[in-house]
Amino acid sequence: MLEIDKLEKILVGLKRVVDYNVRVRVKADASGVETDGVKMSINPFDEIALEEALRIKERGEADEVVVVSMGRTECQQQLRTGLAMGADRAILVESDDEIDSLTGAKILLALVEREHPGLVILGKQAIDNDNNQTGQMLAALWDRPQATFASELTISGDSATVTREVDVGLETIEIDLPAVVTADLRLNEPRYVKLPDIMKAKKKPLDIVPLADLSVAPAPRLTSVEYTAPEQRQKGVIVDDVAGLVAALKEKGLA
Amino acid sequence: MYFGLTDEQQLIVDTVRSFVENEIYPHEEVVEKTGVVPSEIGQEIKQKCIDIGFYAANLPAEHGGGGLNHLDFTLLERELGRGSLGLTVFFGRPSGILAACEGDQIEHYLAPAIRGEKFDALAMTEPDAGSDVRGMKCSAKQDGDDWVVNGTKHFISHADIADFVIVFVATGEEESDRGSRKKITCFLADRGTPGFEILPGYNSVSHRGYHNCILQFDNCRLPKGNILGELHRGFEVANEWLYATRLTVATMAVGRARRAFELALPHAAERRQFGKQIGKFQGVSFKLADMITEIDAADLLTLSAAWRLDQGLPANREIASAKVYATEMLARVSDEAIQIFGGMGLMDDLPLARIWRDSRVERIWDGTSEIQRHIISRELLRPLGG
Ligand SMILES: Cc1cc2nc3c(=O)[nH]c(=O)nc-3n(C[C@H](O)[C@H](O)[C@H](O)COP(=O)(O)OP(=O)(O)OC[C@H]3O[C@@H](n4cnc5c(N)ncnc54)[C@H](O)[C@@H]3O)c2cc1C
Repeated sequence: MLEIDKLEKILVGLKRVVDYNVRVRVKADASGVETDGVKMSINPFDEIALEEALRIKERGEADEVVVVSMGRTECQQQLRTGLAMGADRAILVESDDEIDSLTGAKILLALVEREHPGLVILGKQAIDNDNNQTGQMLAALWDRPQATFASELTISGDSATVTREVDVGLETIEIDLPAVVTADLRLNEPRYVKLPDIMKAKKKPLDIVPLADLSVAPAPRLTSVEYTAPEQRQKGVIVDDVAGLVAALKEKGLA
Repeated sequence: MYFGLTDEQQLIVDTVRSFVENEIYPHEEVVEKTGVVPSEIGQEIKQKCIDIGFYAANLPAEHGGGGLNHLDFTLLERELGRGSLGLTVFFGRPSGILAACEGDQIEHYLAPAIRGEKFDALAMTEPDAGSDVRGMKCSAKQDGDDWVVNGTKHFISHADIADFVIVFVATGEEESDRGSRKKITCFLADRGTPGFEILPGYNSVSHRGYHNCILQFDNCRLPKGNILGELHRGFEVANEWLYATRLTVATMAVGRARRAFELALPHAAERRQFGKQIGKFQGVSFKLADMITEIDAADLLTLSAAWRLDQGLPANREIASAKVYATEMLARVSDEAIQIFGGMGLMDDLPLARIWRDSRVERIWDGTSEIQRHIISRELLRPLGG
């Protein structure tokens, strides 16, 4: 029988974001979104990314799943959740500053160069700013293939087949590994954390690396000017027929 | 003093909450409409709970249980309390009293209960012995190595799906400083034992799909090996269980009240009458203020009582306070949540009417509100000779 190449390591990014169930509120000074006393969770797409990595490992196609986060010390909570879901090890790159997509990609590159993962799985985007950039930027900086919006992922030796959800439908591509894959909603349904694993998570290693140690200089290219809540949707009108619809559109200058 | 949750506690809470939202809520409507939990749904909930290692989270880890302490288990049950009890009963939490199993009992009862292979029910109450449990008439007489049981139990929850019942029976009388009283022994009785029948009970306004049964013992022979704990010392084994179930009732009331509140709050902020959000009327907003204050108070009372039990501190009074306060709080909060919704609050489209109906039994079972107040005041007055 052929010896199948196993991935030594999969790196998964977990971002701490406001829980998707929370109604987001803008801070009183318009400088951002209220996070004080707000429930924070793993970005849902990152949870899907981790689930996929764990399934790959459970199929015997990888040895280790490492979860990483970047940001304040509180991100440890999301990493612990990742460990309780089944990741083997966690790394927090600690920084009190806002980390934009490019800085994030550079930090991930620094970790990739340390850890040499055979695969990096990230969420397609984070539900805070919906940027949808980090995975693509990391692949470019790393100069490795990328498969974004993955809804199916199979590993075979040193390549992977990825079905991508694109505007026109589904696209299936094959990529060489190592590579960056970003997870879309339909890739899988993340598991519930198991009670025994909750208790074990505490004993799993969680390394904290100060951002300064990675020689990545955060060079924010993005300045937030002001945050405002979206305008309340106006009540709609019901028109009687097509003529009424045309008249209503004309009145608004839309037809 | 630290009032926050540890990472582990937070994960337990988050996991159970999301389990309840994803695996319980979607089935609630059919249970409410039909009054029955389809058995495949019950089994599916049970299997998922086993798969994630949460089954029997309250029982000792050395026998395969989750080994949670009272505080962590109370947090778990608080989240479960949000869901319909007919369904959450399959998120198995065998009676903690089974930890008293010894010898062969471990393999026959405790271990299969923890693995989810055998389901238990617990029978104390009788038609003529409710609050006054010691007044029970169900009795057993020794005959060789067996005990022969006769009598009737009623209101026995989920005995319809039980494989065995933990049953309390009078096994004689003794003199005490307050006159003669019955000696009580706790037995384990398998479904199907000759002379033991599990019959359907009554239809209850609370907790549709969560059935109660009548148990009949007619010269039913139970071997002495089926005595749980010691002969005549049934109440000693029961005490620990009574603490735990009162905490269960209290914390589930807190969870359910929060669910009602979480519906009422946004409604008050969004519903407009007289050109304003109804939450702008003090008549509505002050209700919300009272509701959250009472929910938080009940929550803290319950968690601190559970914590006391874990610390080995006296907790009888505190648990009684938590039980009476949380269940009466739920009655008020579910009622006010309906008031905030107006007519819509009564319709089946929302879970509020159900929560309101379900809340009624909480002040009755596991010791009525009056009995809890009796416990609390007795503990206060007794040391003063009162
Ligand atoms: C749906 C349901 C499920 C149940 N499940 C179980 C079960 O699984 N196992 C089990 O063993 N039991 C179970 N019970 C029984 C439950 O614990 C009893 O109903 C409860 O203890 C009260 O007993 P009772 O109904 O006979 O009321 P009673 O004891 O007759 O009480 C009637 C009234 O008198 C009051 N009262 C009684 N004594 C005093 C006193 N000393 N001082 C002041 N007031 C007093 C009570 O508070 C109450 O208001 C269940 C009950 C219900 C309704």
